[in-house]
Amino acid sequence: MRGDQINLQNIIARSASMAPSPQERSGGVEKVAKLIDVSKCIGCKACQVACSEWNDLRDDVGECYGVYTNPMDLSPNTFQLMRFNEYEDEQGNLEWLIRKDNCMHCAEPGCLKACPAPGAIVQYANGIVDFNEEHCIGCGYCVAGCPFNIPRISKKDAKAYKCTLCSDRVYHGLEPACAKTCPTGAIMFGTKEDMLEQGAMRTDYLKDRGYKNAGIYDPAGVGGTHVIYVLQHADKPEIYNNLPSDPRISPLTEAWKGVTKPLMSAVIGLSALAGFFHYAIKGPKEEPEDDPDPEKADADRALDEKSPTQALQDADEEGRE
Amino acid sequence: MSHSNRERGILRYDWWSRVNHWLIAFSFVMLVLSGLAIFHPYFWSFTGLFGGPIPTRIIHPFIGVFMAFFFLIMAVRFFKVSLIKRYDIQWVKQIGDVLSNRDERLPPVGKNNAGQKMVYWLMVTSVPLLLISGIVIWQPYFAPAMPRLWLRVAAVVHAYAAFAAIITLIIHIYSAIWVKGSIRAMVQGRVSKAWAKHHHNLWYEEEMEKQRRVEDAAKREETAGQQRQQTP
Ligand code: HEM
Ligand code: SF4
Ligand code: SF4
Repeated sequence: MRGDQINLQNIIARSASMAPSPQERSGGVEKVAKLIDVSKCIGCKACQVACSEWNDLRDDVGECYGVYTNPMDLSPNTFQLMRFNEYEDEQGNLEWLIRKDNCMHCAEPGCLKACPAPGAIVQYANGIVDFNEEHCIGCGYCVAGCPFNIPRISKKDAKAYKCTLCSDRVYHGLEPACAKTCPTGAIMFGTKEDMLEQGAMRTDYLKDRGYKNAGIYDPAGVGGTHVIYVLQHADKPEIYNNLPSDPRISPLTEAWKGVTKPLMSAVIGLSALAGFFHYAIKGPKEEPEDDPDPEKADADRALDEKSPTQALQDADEEGRE
Repeated sequence: MSHSNRERGILRYDWWSRVNHWLIAFSFVMLVLSGLAIFHPYFWSFTGLFGGPIPTRIIHPFIGVFMAFFFLIMAVRFFKVSLIKRYDIQWVKQIGDVLSNRDERLPPVGKNNAGQKMVYWLMVTSVPLLLISGIVIWQPYFAPAMPRLWLRVAAVVHAYAAFAAIITLIIHIYSAIWVKGSIRAMVQGRVSKAWAKHHHNLWYEEEMEKQRRVEDAAKREETAGQQRQQTP
């Protein structure tokens, strides 16, 4: 069951599909969210291990680059990783900012918009964006479409992988493996409403502690996300290992996958039709039958009237003469 | 529809031009079908022509490189006859006459008319764009090494250039069906004199001039030979 798309009855968006998926069973399904409180994280990476465990992922043992971040990047076998950053604040204090990097489960997912394979990317009524590798063709368009640089294409099977927000666990009423395992409560899971409330509480607390720019990261540019952060410095998300300050689906992706495509498709169909109707109205373009040279025209006509074998024989005779 | 070109027609496309053209044509059509399959879900069923969605995705760029290689050869060989001339502008101005088959009003044109030249120049611009952008987004060989901005730009360029190329292709194919004798010219190589004079008068005159010169030379050779025989 793990990794499969288990609930096919409440898909609210499906890649490259024009007809909607079944809608009826989305009633009463609340939007969920994972709240990552960066201020509570101690960088133990228990969540990384839990993710590998639950999802049966085993990345290659890499190298140490002299930083705690390990592995250095997401991969088809690493759905999430802790990115460590040493940040010096205005007062010259060192802050260790540790961000859990994984799919943000955007309400308006750029990956889904870009994907050309019907059903390879779906969005459930609860807000989770899931890849269904069974339908993936490995084109890599989701990589170009995602504003957060999340999907990774496997070298083994040429399919795209990313965090599922443990859609399989959530469907059965469990929280994601990372949230389950976090020893400090830095990862919490619940309805988006509850998580926003929880986040607001934490933000107030942090503000009291002197982090006057503390805030929630729930970027409106992608319609909000179903993975949200509590940041000590919400005014500068970039310091958290390049968390984009105003993520949105790139205008290039819009130009590529927006209205232009159905329009271009229609024009292609219409131009073929236009050809047919032009022919039906104006008819073919033909040259006059005769050779422009009147003498030769007679000869040509005579040639045409002959049967092909006769014509060949005559030509042979001419040659012999 | 005189059949005289079998015997007395003018050679319009030599064997290599014809083979070259059809290699491009077949691979181009496969590119359009496999590309459109990925372009929009309207065309998703085209993946069935290539053995399924994944084979479609895999095979498309390989056909692309094959096509681009032969296209380069043809583009070089057809360069001279595709240069825009003064009479082409007049021809374009009379596009209404062209479309309505009022051919007697049209200015005489060379081996290619302005429409054919436009097809040439549109393809000469779009194929390199398709090749370069296609390589950038080519999984798994090149795309993993590309910055995401490049991937996005290349995806847009590829989609738009493909659109331009497909429309051009539709016009090109339609013209071949519409102008009787052109498909035959590209398949068999020869056209009748009537066809040449009617559709490409300047080229016809040129060819006739060439033929006359060859004939004259042969005649001179003959008389010279006779004279040699007469003088012991
Ligand atoms: C010249 C060499 C070409 C190369 C290397 C190339 C490569 C690619 C690649 C890598 C893709 C992404 C999907 C895939 O991996 O199969 C693609 C998509 C596509 N190609 Fe090409 N291609 C070439 C030429 C063409 C031509 C001549 C056409 C048609 C006129 C074309 C039409 C398309 C279309 C419509 C798409 C889908 C684009 C989209 O989804 O936005 N390609 N091509
Ligand atoms: S973060 Fe990227 S991969 Fe995740 S839902 Fe958003 S666009 Fe898709
Ligand atoms: S690689 Fe990404 S965009 Fe392409 S089919 Fe797979 S999920 Fe969709």
